[in-house]
Amino acid sequence: MTGHSPIANRKSQIENRILLAHGGGGELTRQLLAERIVPKLSNALLAPLTDSALLDLPSGRICLTTDAYVVQPVEFPGGDIGRLAVCGTVNDLAVCGARPHALSLALVLEEGLELALLDRVIDSIAAAAKEAGVVVATGDTKVVERQRGDGLTITTAGVGPLREGVQLGMERVRAGDVILVTGRIAEHGLAVMSAREGLKFSTAIRSDVAPLVSLIESMLAAGGAGVKFLRDPTRGGLACVLADLAEGAKLAVEVEESAVPISAAVLHTAEMLGLDPLTIANEGKCVAVVASDAADAVLAACRSHPLGACAAIIGRLVESPVPLVELITRIGGRRIVQRPYGEELPRIC
Amino acid sequence: MDVTSVQAVLDELGRLTAGRPVMQIMEVCGTHTVSLFRSGVKSMLPAGVRLLSGPGCPVCVTSQGYIDAACDLAGRQGVTVCTYGDMVRVPGRLGSLAERRGQGGHVVVVYSTRDALRYAAAHPAEQVVFLAVGFETTAPATAAAVLEARRLGLANFTVLTAHKLVVPAMLALLAEGQVPIRGFLCPGHVSVIIGAAAYEPIVRQFAKPCVVAGFEPPQMLQGILHIARQVAAGQACVENVYGVAVSARGNPAALKLLEEAFAISDAVWRAIGVIPASGLELRAELADFDAARRFDLDLSANDEAPGCLCGQVIQGKVTPADCPLFGQACTPMHAIGPCMVSSEGTCAAWYKYGEK
Repeated sequence: MTGHSPIANRKSQIENRILLAHGGGGELTRQLLAERIVPKLSNALLAPLTDSALLDLPSGRICLTTDAYVVQPVEFPGGDIGRLAVCGTVNDLAVCGARPHALSLALVLEEGLELALLDRVIDSIAAAAKEAGVVVATGDTKVVERQRGDGLTITTAGVGPLREGVQLGMERVRAGDVILVTGRIAEHGLAVMSAREGLKFSTAIRSDVAPLVSLIESMLAAGGAGVKFLRDPTRGGLACVLADLAEGAKLAVEVEESAVPISAAVLHTAEMLGLDPLTIANEGKCVAVVASDAADAVLAACRSHPLGACAAIIGRLVESPVPLVELITRIGGRRIVQRPYGEELPRIC
Repeated sequence: MDVTSVQAVLDELGRLTAGRPVMQIMEVCGTHTVSLFRSGVKSMLPAGVRLLSGPGCPVCVTSQGYIDAACDLAGRQGVTVCTYGDMVRVPGRLGSLAERRGQGGHVVVVYSTRDALRYAAAHPAEQVVFLAVGFETTAPATAAAVLEARRLGLANFTVLTAHKLVVPAMLALLAEGQVPIRGFLCPGHVSVIIGAAAYEPIVRQFAKPCVVAGFEPPQMLQGILHIARQVAAGQACVENVYGVAVSARGNPAALKLLEEAFAISDAVWRAIGVIPASGLELRAELADFDAARRFDLDLSANDEAPGCLCGQVIQGKVTPADCPLFGQACTPMHAIGPCMVSSEGTCAAWYKYGEK
C-alpha cells in the first residue's frame, strides 16, 4: 500500500470487501460468481449455471439431507466453515448408507466480509468436496446488511443413492451388539471453543472435521450386514448418540470409560473447563453398532484407514427394563450418561 | 491407583464402617460433588458411608439480591456485564442473565478477570461490571483485576463482589448443629490458596476430621478413607492427601493480593442468611471500583422461589430428592433454583448422573 493516497487506500479497502451490490443480481454478482466461486468449484454439473442442476442418479432409493452452518470464528484450528459445510452434509449422507453424489451450496454473506476470507472458505469447500468425492452442483449467494448476518453462513444440501444391500437402522440393533467409535472424541467442539474464547492453553487441539465417506465405505465392506447402525456424534457429542440409541433400541447401553479414545490434551482441557467430553461435538467421527461376530473385521477396517487409526470398541447393548446409558468409569464405578440439555458453559473454578 | 488398590480402599472403608451408624461426610466443594458422581466414586462407596454436599458451589450460595442486581445492570443502557459462564442461566426474580441477553442486554462470558479488564479497556464508552463471585479460588483474580484497574486508571471498570470464605461457612453449619457431620472432605482448589492449616479451627472447636483432597478419583477415595480412619479411631485432625498442590500455609502471593484488595465482611448466603465474617468486600480505598456503590444497588433480598429447597440442599439438610420440585417442575431445562443450573450444583449433578 505504500505510496497510495488515503483515497486509494479507502478504495482498496472497499474493493477487498463484500458490498451489498454483490448480492444485487447484477454485474457485481456475476463477477463474484465468475471470478471467485464457480472456477474453484468447477465441474460439469455446475458449469452451465442453469437454475437447477441435472443429476444422473441410479434408479432406486435416494438420500437427501440439508444442514445450516453457523460457526464463530469462521476459521478455527483444523478447519473452517467451508470444510464444515461440506463434511457435515456428506457425513449425514454417509452414515445413512448413501454414496454422496452432489451438494447444493447457499452462501449468506454479510456486507463488509473480507473477500480474502471468502476466497479461503471457497478454496476449502473445493478441497473438502474433492476429498469427499462429491461435486457442488448448484448454489446461491445472498448479501445481507452489515450487522444483519454472522459474517458468513452456509447452507448445504446433499443427495446420494443408497448403497446396494445396505440396511442401517436402530430397529436392527439387538442386545449383544457392540458399539464402536472411529477415533478420539471431543476435538471439534473444544477446538472451536478454544478459538472463540482465546484459550491459549489449548491451542494444540484441532478440529477433527473430515469427510467420512471412504472410512464408512470400508467399514461397510468389512462388516456387511453386521453393521447395523451408524451416526456421526456432532452436537451433543457421544452422549447424545448413545442416549438416542438406548431410547430407540429400548436396550441399555454399557460403555467403558477407559475404552473411549480421547487425547490427553482434550481430557485435561475439558476437565479444566468443567465440561464432559462425552457431550462435546465431533465432526469427523462415526459411532457404529455392529453385530459382535463382525466387530473384529469392522474394527480392523477402521484402523487401517487414516481417519480410523484410533478406533475402538467402547461398549455393548444389553437387555434391561430401563433403557439407560451406563458408563463404567476408569476406577470401576458406574454412572448414568444423559443427553446434554443445551448450551454447556464452562464453570468458575 | 490401579483397580486393585481402589478395591483395597473400598474394602477398608467397608470394614471401618460396618455395623456402625451411617458415617455422614460432607464434601464442601462443588467440584468434588461433580467429580464424585462423574468418576463413579459415589456409586462404589459402602453403605456405611454417606456423602453430603456442602455450601461450596459458588453460584448456589450467591444471594437472590445479587442475581437480581446483576440482571438489573445487564438491562441498563451503556452497561456491559462480564461474567463467568456459570452465572448466565441462574434464575432471579427478574429472569436470568441469559434472558436479559436475549432481550438485548449486554452480557459477555469471560474466562478470567483479565478478559474483563481487556474488554473494559477496549470499550471505554461502556460501563463494564465484572461479577465477582466464588470462594478464595477466584477472589485473588478479582483482587488482581481491581488493583490493575486502579494502576491503569480504568474509569469504566467495576466489580460486583459476592466473594465468600469457606471455613466460616463450615463453622456456621457446625455451630447450628442441625446436620450430623462426622468429617469434611475439604476442597482442593480453595486449599491451594488458603492452606490446609486454615481448617484447624474446625478441629479445635468441633473435633471434626478435615481432610484436603484433590479431584482425581483415587485422591477423593483416599480423602474419604482418611476421614473414616480418624472417625473409627475417635480422632480429629487436619490431614492433607493433596500435598502436591496444597501446603499448610497456602499461597502467599494470592493471600497478599486478597489482603491488599479486600477486607473481611459479613456476607449474605443464599437462604442461610448472614454469616459473620464470611465474605470479602473491597477496601475503602478501592470503593471507586465497587459496582454496588457506583450504580447504587440494593443486594439485600435473599428469598427463594416458593417451594425451592436449594438453601437446605447447600447446607446438607436435605438431598435434592427430598425437594418436591426436583426433576418435576425443576430440571436443567427449567431450573427454579441455582443448584439445578450451576454445573457444580448438587441438584444438577444428581439430575445429570441419574441419582434418585
